[in-house]
Amino acid sequence: MATVDIACRDVSMVFPSAGGPVQALAGVTLDIGRGELVALIGPSGCGKSTLLRLIADVLQPTGGTIEVRGGPPSRARLAREFGFVFQHPGLLLWRNALANVRLPLEVGAWGRRHVPPHQPEDLLALVGLKGFEQAYPRQLSGGMQQRVSIARALVTGPPILLMDEPFGALDEITRDHLNQELLRIWAATGTTIVFVTHSIPEAVYLSSRIFVFTHRPGRVMEEVRIDLPSPREPSVKDTPEFVRHTGALRRALAQAG
Amino acid sequence: MTVATPAASVTSPGAVPSTPARAATGAVLLRRLLLPLLVLAALIALWDVIIRVFAVPAYVIPAPAAVWQALVKERVRLLDNAIPTIVESLGGFALGNLVAIAAAVAFVHNKVLERALYPVAVAVRTLPIVAIAPIFVLMLGNGYAPKIAIAALITFFPTLVNMVEGLESADPQALELMHVLSASKTEAFRYVRWPSSLPYLFSAMRIASTSSVLGALVAEWIGTNKGLGYLIVLTTYDFRTALLYAAMVVTSAIALAFFFVVSMMEWLLVRWER
Repeated sequence: MATVDIACRDVSMVFPSAGGPVQALAGVTLDIGRGELVALIGPSGCGKSTLLRLIADVLQPTGGTIEVRGGPPSRARLAREFGFVFQHPGLLLWRNALANVRLPLEVGAWGRRHVPPHQPEDLLALVGLKGFEQAYPRQLSGGMQQRVSIARALVTGPPILLMDEPFGALDEITRDHLNQELLRIWAATGTTIVFVTHSIPEAVYLSSRIFVFTHRPGRVMEEVRIDLPSPREPSVKDTPEFVRHTGALRRALAQAG
Repeated sequence: MTVATPAASVTSPGAVPSTPARAATGAVLLRRLLLPLLVLAALIALWDVIIRVFAVPAYVIPAPAAVWQALVKERVRLLDNAIPTIVESLGGFALGNLVAIAAAVAFVHNKVLERALYPVAVAVRTLPIVAIAPIFVLMLGNGYAPKIAIAALITFFPTLVNMVEGLESADPQALELMHVLSASKTEAFRYVRWPSSLPYLFSAMRIASTSSVLGALVAEWIGTNKGLGYLIVLTTYDFRTALLYAAMVVTSAIALAFFFVVSMMEWLLVRWER
């Protein structure tokens, strides 16, 4: 691994709740290198989304340290060093697709203080939505909305992309299609991508490494390196290597749950 | 960046309403207007028939034709009395809504304030307007002020309740995005909370548009010699029932006009809800 983009050291997270404190994460230590595409996978409620939110400075860890590109997550957030893609697109309904993509440039007048690395129009084209610039979110399908939100996360050219089950709410055909596009975007931009998923085939197909989390409190149970060739085509899913990886992951997850 | 060719099989670009689509909307609008107008005409006809069949005396219920005559003959007087009512309703509508929006914004950003003042707002709402009206006249005199205050009071509550709900209806993921983008509170308000609240605000303002007229009317029952409320009380005591009905028609027309204006503004400003 060349340069480390995200370093988690002994990270733990305890949420206060009505039924007493809930430990979501316990002693998570992992490194994610620059330009990697890494999946976090685990049973529901294993804290993998929490970890992503800790990296994004949406939440503060109750123990351990997180460094994003050599500094605290808050610095990375202020410097817009990561984009975040949520499980639901979370588009602003009163803005058309193009204006939604432009939003990160408008907030904090970022677009006026920096030279935007991409034109919003180009990013919509990159996610396959050329011609839909003027369409409002309600006029778009769930998959198209999620693509708009990916374009929105990329518009300031962040070196890191954090994705929280980005394709979890989509049907399998749309999901396969967007997986393909994500690999293409990854190849085109060289962004470090960390994404949370429930889907074993998706994790194997996309990632160079997978971290398997145990059930609550979440810990890294296993680190799996996926040595499938790159760039990957959908046909790789029919190879014995792919099946071997998904099988191993399934057995690991059965232990985790 | 070199942009790859879009892999998606895009068939037709975003749905932009074409001219025939607009013409169709016009036809739908006409049909929507036509139906209630037909019902109204039928009700007026029924009214006329009942009066004739049961020989209802004119001082109890006048015939539709008599009301129409009163409307035409007394139009100057009706207009003279309509103007103060319109001014009071509009003033009350504006004041009540502005204070309610300001209070809702304060409540959403300060929970202590909300817990302290929200119950007070509810308590004020339960006081009967008819009882508050004379108190306001005592405090504020005989001019526009007490009427505007009552119209404002009556519009305040629905807007406050809806606006608080509207500001809190903002998509949590959109608010989280604002945090990830390091947006200030003002920016989060401007980009997410305020637009999210607009559909709620407009449904409150549609209620307020008609109830503000009602508030002004009730306020005119006491301590004034102008306005449609005054005219309604006067004609009731004098058994000038035709003019009383004419005054009611004018009042109703004003309230309907307000409702229409608010609905048009909603149609123009809250396009994404359609």
